[in-house]
Amino acid sequence: MWLINSSVGRKFVMSITGACLVLFLLFHGTMNLVAIISEDGYNMICEFLGANWYALVGTAGLAFLACLHILYALILNVQNYRARGTARYAVSDRSNGVEWSSMNMLVLGFIILAGIVLHLCNFWAKMQLVEIMGEEPASGVELIKYTFSQWYYALLYIVWLFSLWFHLTHGVWSSMQTLGWSNNIWLPRIKCISNIVATLVVLMFAAVVVYFFIAGNCCGAAACAA
Amino acid sequence: MDKTINITLKVWRQAGPKAKGHFETYKLNNISTDSSFLEMLDVLNEQLISEKKEPVVFDHDCREGICGMCSLYINGHPHGPDSAVTTCQLHMRRFHDGETITVEPWRSNAFPVIKDLMVDRRAYDKIIQAGGFVSVNTGGVPDANAIPIPKKNADEAMDNASCIGCGACAAACKNGSAMLFVAAKVSQLALLPQGRVEAANRVKAMLGKMDELGFGNCTNTGACAAECPKSVPLSAIARLNREFICAKFKD
Repeated sequence: MWLINSSVGRKFVMSITGACLVLFLLFHGTMNLVAIISEDGYNMICEFLGANWYALVGTAGLAFLACLHILYALILNVQNYRARGTARYAVSDRSNGVEWSSMNMLVLGFIILAGIVLHLCNFWAKMQLVEIMGEEPASGVELIKYTFSQWYYALLYIVWLFSLWFHLTHGVWSSMQTLGWSNNIWLPRIKCISNIVATLVVLMFAAVVVYFFIAGNCCGAAACAA
Repeated sequence: MDKTINITLKVWRQAGPKAKGHFETYKLNNISTDSSFLEMLDVLNEQLISEKKEPVVFDHDCREGICGMCSLYINGHPHGPDSAVTTCQLHMRRFHDGETITVEPWRSNAFPVIKDLMVDRRAYDKIIQAGGFVSVNTGGVPDANAIPIPKKNADEAMDNASCIGCGACAAACKNGSAMLFVAAKVSQLALLPQGRVEAANRVKAMLGKMDELGFGNCTNTGACAAECPKSVPLSAIARLNREFICAKFKD
């Protein structure tokens, strides 16, 4: 099977799963923005997705993609580490034009994974999971307000999003390059697209964190004072 | 009068493939800044021979940047700090007086050290043997204009054909991948009608051989193209991926 046996096949799986995860992030981020615009609207989305069959299929598919992406990342890293040989260079200097993120995708990936675990505990376990178990889910907006009003959660989420930005600035164009959608003219363009997509995704998520942090701390205090 | 510099060299010495290697430090005085890096190593070897010591083994041949024999990882860069030149074209004017220069062999699983700075790069030959050619029945010389080729394709094929197979790409790659080399060799033929005929089989055979020989998986860091002495572009790897994925989907 070429998706397992060949190097390009393995990278093909990485790029397809990665690209799907980016599409999910765009969807998730758009959904989150609704919380800023309309709290009722956000709760409606939560209800609409909830534990309905399509949301469950989506979640299962997403979990499968994420696991595949992580599994292949580990396999590729082990193989690449071995391919490097036992002896290492005594002096190594970064080459011109080599992005820092491209050299640290695994480390960034681990930070993102830790963030996902935190996120699942914070939100998913209290929303979709409890609904699957047959109990009443927590209110989406209330949960967001509660979580991000605490400065350490807000900070952790921002750090997480920061790593995500680095991961995506390399990941998006790299996936296009792996799929062969690149040439001398398009390489700078896909790198630019990559930066735009990464920034857009991260800004969408960060906006919600920052908005509810400020709303929970500053405006809350103002309201109390009034 | 020539400008001269005094330098300290830290050179990797290794008696054989299985032996344990180590760095040896040498001091060289009055090296002309107009001499090439390899000429400087010749001076070092003359000095070692006169001291009845074993000279440093390093690969070299044409000394004009076209054969791909010279290698050397100098101060953290394959072919040294200059861009788009091979070690033989690197000049001592790139270094300053009193500088310590670290010289290492290519380090990659598929390029085992033979001795000192010389590594076994036959893995690249094996990849070429797997399909890096056009099989034709030789007959009369065909008319040069019988097969029209767009200028753009001819130029790009030529850019890829400039690969000299020195191994700098795999040496620079943090994943020990030979993708830029394979990409250049696949591209130079895939871009021309003569090579198009066997393109699908060629890409499968060459990539299969690359994987089999223990080279790593490309993660598009781009160090290969940045360090390539012939400036083979990173887009060649995209073409290789495209050719390979299309060939697999057709199967």
